[in-house]
Amino acid sequence: MTLESKLASLASALEAALGDAVLASRLERAELTLTIAAPRLHDVCKRLKDDATFGFTQLSDLSGVDYLTYGQADWQTHASASGFSRGVAKNAIKAADIDAKRFAVTYQLLSVSTNLRVRLKVELEGEHPRVTSVTDIWPVADWYEREAFDLFGILFDGHPDLRRILTDYGFIGHPFRKDFPLEGRVEVRYDAERGRVIYQPVSIEPRTLVPRVIREESWLESSKPVSKPADA
Amino acid sequence: MPEIRNLTLNFGPQHPAAHGVLRLVLEMDGEVIERADPHIGLLHRGTEKLAENKPFNQSIGYMDRLDYVSMMCNEHAYVLAIEKLCGITPPIRAQYIRVMFDEITRILNHLMWLGAHGLDIGAMTMFLYCFREREDLMDCYEAVSGTRMHATYYRPGGVYRDLPESMPQYQASKWRSAKDVEQLNANRQGSMLDFIEDFTRRFPACVDEYETLLTDNRIWKQRTVDIGIVTIERALELGFTGPMLRGSGLAWDLRKKQPYEVYADLDFDIPVGVKGDCYDRYLVRVEEMRQSNRIIQQCIAWLRANPGPVMLDDHKLTPPKRADMKGDMESLIHHFKLFTEGYCVPEGEVYAAVEHPKGEFGIYLVSDGANKPYRLKARAPGFAHLSAMNELVKGHMLADVVAIIGTMDIVFGEIDR
Repeated sequence: MTLESKLASLASALEAALGDAVLASRLERAELTLTIAAPRLHDVCKRLKDDATFGFTQLSDLSGVDYLTYGQADWQTHASASGFSRGVAKNAIKAADIDAKRFAVTYQLLSVSTNLRVRLKVELEGEHPRVTSVTDIWPVADWYEREAFDLFGILFDGHPDLRRILTDYGFIGHPFRKDFPLEGRVEVRYDAERGRVIYQPVSIEPRTLVPRVIREESWLESSKPVSKPADA
Repeated sequence: MPEIRNLTLNFGPQHPAAHGVLRLVLEMDGEVIERADPHIGLLHRGTEKLAENKPFNQSIGYMDRLDYVSMMCNEHAYVLAIEKLCGITPPIRAQYIRVMFDEITRILNHLMWLGAHGLDIGAMTMFLYCFREREDLMDCYEAVSGTRMHATYYRPGGVYRDLPESMPQYQASKWRSAKDVEQLNANRQGSMLDFIEDFTRRFPACVDEYETLLTDNRIWKQRTVDIGIVTIERALELGFTGPMLRGSGLAWDLRKKQPYEVYADLDFDIPVGVKGDCYDRYLVRVEEMRQSNRIIQQCIAWLRANPGPVMLDDHKLTPPKRADMKGDMESLIHHFKLFTEGYCVPEGEVYAAVEHPKGEFGIYLVSDGANKPYRLKARAPGFAHLSAMNELVKGHMLADVVAIIGTMDIVFGEIDR
């Protein structure tokens, strides 16, 4: 049995077991992704871990994703009379995009008994997204959730100790959000007059060395017979 | 009666046994640990965010700097993720080279670990012995990529170039006489494969030498046996992978269970522990070095017999030959396009994991079809291991904290990212 067919039968078993908690199920590039309704996440995880037929005893990874600028490119190559645009200006973030399902949390699960992986995904709304913590199911989620909170500002209900983990003590903001500038907001330097290290607004100018472009790559489908991209 | 309070002790971030910038806040009752709260992030460089702002190929170098003692294995996971998204497979010779260098990297990592772990709990000589062998492997890195550490050698579609026909040699100077240099260069006369083969012949005896110092050493056993015991079930829940999981007795190795590249064709064994304490994990890692040595020998034999391309011949993804660019317009355009804009990767998301020396190193990559990743998340094995710190050290003595930090094989480059 190939990996693909094993995953396909797992997908149907999961859909049958979890019912309407599964909003969508995708099997692409030999990876199974289930989109789970956020309020049902905890039940689903508990079932996946405790039910011996699934046996997802390990949470490999937990990751926040900010979909704010998904599919936006810096460089719309419109030909004009004077040539092509340079495309170095960052796109302004469209306000309409912000309140839609902006954030997602993905969970990479591994079952050592069936040797299969599955990816769970919950899509979250709003500026301060909330989702139930899974620390009581997999203790390793403790730090992963703290990281997602620190970097994306995703709140995990029921987490025992939701503190920042990677950023500096007293850091303001959530740096991996797409509207947080790459160069940051503050920088530190030693102030000789005051005799201590101080914070000041960042002095680095934002630069785009390589603009972000999105192209339909025809070479992939034509030259390689293997898996096709989703929307091609 | 005087008030009895727990003592709060700050351990690190500048501490020789903290393996980098670990800050531990320990709550202690006498010399017994009640609670440990690791503070991390002092080496956070925002690698994942930086990668979102660069074309795919420019981030390979950042991957080296995650776990900076097993550089090529990090690259491997990243390159595999891109290849999975594009749906391409590198040439078979490139796969063998990758496997060989993964195993060289595993030995490099375990030597570093063994030396540092030994040093932490009092075995000074280990450090010197381990670094002696590390030096030879570092020379292999240098010969193949030009740098001793941050190689950027693996590329989507293969490896950057084929194995060199000669090894760099020592030169006589006022510190090294011509006679010494001749001795040092004795095994560097042939190709790089000859040099590695010579190393694999010497190396098992070196491992024996390490073991004579430690395996039956009374002090070593007093410091490691029954320290930081983890059961299989708990290890899985705590997200342990690699030697931390195998030390508890579960034979879980991605090279065997979910083989990538050519691991399925190679012959090697998976060592497991019995009790799940620091001593078992030590034995597992020592045996892994011997197994890696076996894999390298098999790769050398294959690579000698099978010359061929090491990179895909698709110039949308891999650079054309320098010589072609001089005469061929199309090659020049490909080169310019690849090094200015890069290549666009199809929309989708993948998780690619490799058996890194420290455990499962995974890259979760989301692409929206652009020439830069939309989101990149590195699953660092050390992050999961360190998060279990509190559970492992509870009830142990202060000195055991050092043994447990050592046994986790933590490197802050990957934990803080």
